[in-house]
Order: sequence, then C-alpha cells, then structure tokens
Amino acid sequence: MTRDEIVIAIKDIIATIAPDEEVSNLAMDVRLRDQIELDSMDFLDIVMELRKRYGVQVPEEDYMQLSTLQGCVDYLGPKLESKSLVLTALKG
Amino acid sequence: MRELPRVVITGVGLASPNGDSLPEYRKNLLEGRSGVVPYSIRHVGDTFAGVCKFDPLRYQTRKEARRGTRAGGISIWCANEALKDSGIDLASRDRSRVGVYIGITEHGNVETETQIHEVAQYNFDLSFWSHHHNPRTVANNPAGEVTLSLGIPGPAYCLGGACAAGNLGLIHGMQMLQLGIVDLALGGGVSESIHTFGIFASFRAQGALARHEDASKASRPFDRDRNGIVVSVGGCLYTLERLDDALARGAKIYGEVRGYFVNSDASDFVLPNSKGQQACIRGALAHAGLAPDEIDIVNTHATSTKQGDEVECEAIRSVFAGAHTRVNNTKSYIGHTMGAAGALELAGNIPSFDDGLVHPTINVDNLDPACALDGLVLNEPVRPERRIDRILNMSFGMLGINSAVIVERYRS
Repeated sequence: MTRDEIVIAIKDIIATIAPDEEVSNLAMDVRLRDQIELDSMDFLDIVMELRKRYGVQVPEEDYMQLSTLQGCVDYLGPKLESKSLVLTALKG
Repeated sequence: MRELPRVVITGVGLASPNGDSLPEYRKNLLEGRSGVVPYSIRHVGDTFAGVCKFDPLRYQTRKEARRGTRAGGISIWCANEALKDSGIDLASRDRSRVGVYIGITEHGNVETETQIHEVAQYNFDLSFWSHHHNPRTVANNPAGEVTLSLGIPGPAYCLGGACAAGNLGLIHGMQMLQLGIVDLALGGGVSESIHTFGIFASFRAQGALARHEDASKASRPFDRDRNGIVVSVGGCLYTLERLDDALARGAKIYGEVRGYFVNSDASDFVLPNSKGQQACIRGALAHAGLAPDEIDIVNTHATSTKQGDEVECEAIRSVFAGAHTRVNNTKSYIGHTMGAAGALELAGNIPSFDDGLVHPTINVDNLDPACALDGLVLNEPVRPERRIDRILNMSFGMLGINSAVIVERYRS
C-alpha cells in the first residue's frame, strides 16, 4: 500500500465505524476527534478493523500515534507496506 | 389497602411482523394477513420467522444502530412511536420522572453468537472479541438504549420473564406509576430472537419448531396438524399514565389497565401447567374484581405446539365455561414474538373497543377437538352482540411463569 492508499484505508475504516460522518475532507494534521464524532469505543473499533483487515496489532501504548491521519500514515506506513488495500464502506 | 391511582394506556408504539403501527397491524389482523416469511439463519438453514420491516434510521443514526443491538433498535422505535402517538413532548417534561420498563425473554444470545462466530474465523484468538460485547449483552441493554436515545435520566431496566415478559413491562410500569415513582412509564416488551440460531436450534431439538410448505400457514394454534413455534421479532411499548394526569392533559385514552396477575407453575422447566395458568387467570380476575363472564376477549398465548395449546385450552375452559367470552390468538399471524408477545398481542386487540370486532385465529383448517373452546373465533372476524369492554391477555413462559393483564374500555 502506498501512503495515499493508507489514507484511503483509514478513511474507509472510519466510514465503516462512523457511517454518519463525511470522511472525504478530513485534514491530515488535525486530531480526528476534533473533526468528527469519535469516542474511545470508536477508537477501539479502528484498532480492531486494522487487526481484522490487515493483521496489524497496535499495542495500547501506541494508540496516541493514530490520533491524526498523518500520524496514522507515519505509524502504519511500515506495517502496511506489503498489504493490499481493503475497501468496505467507500467501495464503488 | 389504600386506593391506588387508576392507570391508563395513552399511546402505543409497535413493530410487528405484519405492521409497524397500530392501524396497519390491526388492519392486517382483520384481513387475515400473516407476517411470517421463509427465513434462513446460520447453522439452522431454512426455516420460518416473523420479520419486522420498520426503518431503524427514522429514530437512530447509522452509528447508533451499528453500535447498539437489534433489541435496542426495536425499543427505540417503539418508544418514539408510542410517545408520538400519545402526543407527549418529552422536552416539556421532567424526564427524570419517566420510567422505561421492557420485558425480555432473553437478551445477549445474538451478540454472543456473533462474537463466537467472529473469533472462530481467527482460530479463537480473543483479541478479535469485540469491546462492544458487554454493553450489548447486559440485560438492561434495550431499556438503556432508549434512555441514551431519548435523554431519559429516569429509572430504566428490563424484566426477564421468558415469553410472559411483554406483560411484565406493562404491569411494572403500572406499579411504578401507582407508587408515585414515575409520572410516565414506557412499558411493554421486545424481542430480537430471530437473530440467534440457538433459539431455533433449541426449539427444533425439542421438536417444537414449526414446519409447513407455506410460511404464512406455519403458525397455526388450535389446528389439528400444528407442529410447533414460528420464532419472530418485534416489540411493543405503551405510554402509561395515571388517569388524572392523562385527563389533565386531555390525552387520548386507549383503555384502563384494570388488573393483572403473575405466578409460577413451580412444576417443570418447559412444560406448561394448566393449574398454574388457571390460577393466573383467576388471580387477574380477582385483582380486577371481575367475574369471568365480564371478560369479552381472551387473547391466548397459544404458540402452536401440540401440548401447549391443549393445556391452555383446558385452563380457559375451566375458568370461562358458560361465559360469553370470545377467544382468539394473534400468534397465528405473527408467530411468537417472545419477549414482545404479551404487549404486542394485547395491542392487536385494543382497537376492538372502537371497531367492535374480535380478530380471529387464522390458519385453523381442522380444529383440534381438544382446542374446540366455546367462543373461539376462527378464520373470520366476529362482531359480538355484546359490546367489547374488557380484554384479557395471557402470556406464559419457560420455567413456568404465567402472566395475565386485563384492559378495560375507559369509563369516567
């Protein structure tokens, strides 16, 4: 997955767990929680989806790395490099 | 004992396999329209179920629907519809004085089965077990979801009463109003049971799951060839108020909850007991201060099992022999809505006060002689000569729980 694809992958996960939110205009450097309604249970859903879709385990001490889209790209980049993009909510 | 305040029904919100509002539901009951359809569920395969078609997104966001349970979603639908029907605007109310009391047969099986199915895909690695499991499976989930959705900080919980539970929610709501604990009660029952394969598998293992070539005829209480239950989903919540409060705001009054009774057979895990049922009916009549002949409609629990229907008919015969009472059954249209059954089936009969008709029991091609009760209304609606003033609903459940509720036409 390229870094652009990682952004799409995260947006797709968010669109799945927060289906009422508009994800296309999310800013890269602003905390996700400050842009859309996401609570701690949603955040655990994001971690779960990363585990299910890509086999990526995110330890609790690293959760803060995922607070922005840019943080997600930086942190997940190496872990998702060899994975293929999975689309659920945004396909089509 | 001090005189307790009278309690009336002022709103009805329901989700039924053959209607998502009382007028639609009633129309289909009078026109003999079944809500049972072919249905398939994992591990069990093809069977039948009563399936609701309401739009959950009318009262929930997609995220709320995703996070919550089906029972929660049905409860939210019913609560909103009941409030709308009653004309009550919660914004002008002290919401801490609103109680939510929801009867459930079971809760949590759906989510637990789903999670086990999920982790089975990952060799039972429990890091794939959802953090949503506990809030979805706690027994107060359906009532709790209503409080979250409507912003109700009052008392809200579920009452586990197997298939007698729908009446329990209504009864408990009445009691809390009479005790002065709340000023408005949302009471009734819900069920999400068609989404758990275990319910179907267990009834099948018991030889009690309906079979028929035609889904709409699968649920046929009192028919000689009945062979079991159709599992259904649904819900019904009433707005209940003390009569004085209802009159003060000029509310529409569907009827007064005149009496009730709950008891236990104390005899078997699953088999019904006619003596326990008789005691329950007589208890409700005594509580209401009524004689059997003063009941115009007995709405039976009968689930279309061989033994259950016979035992119930024996109980009805022993109490109502010689009475003018008409007897009907609503499961013949919608199957067994489990925790919703008592409240939902009662709702289907309340319009009798206005339209003067008794909805029939459908699908009786060959009446079982053991179920040939006097007053049984079969296949076509009946307009009794005597005005319909009182309805008695019966609901029974596993472990021998029996419940009966009597609703009376409102009289000032």
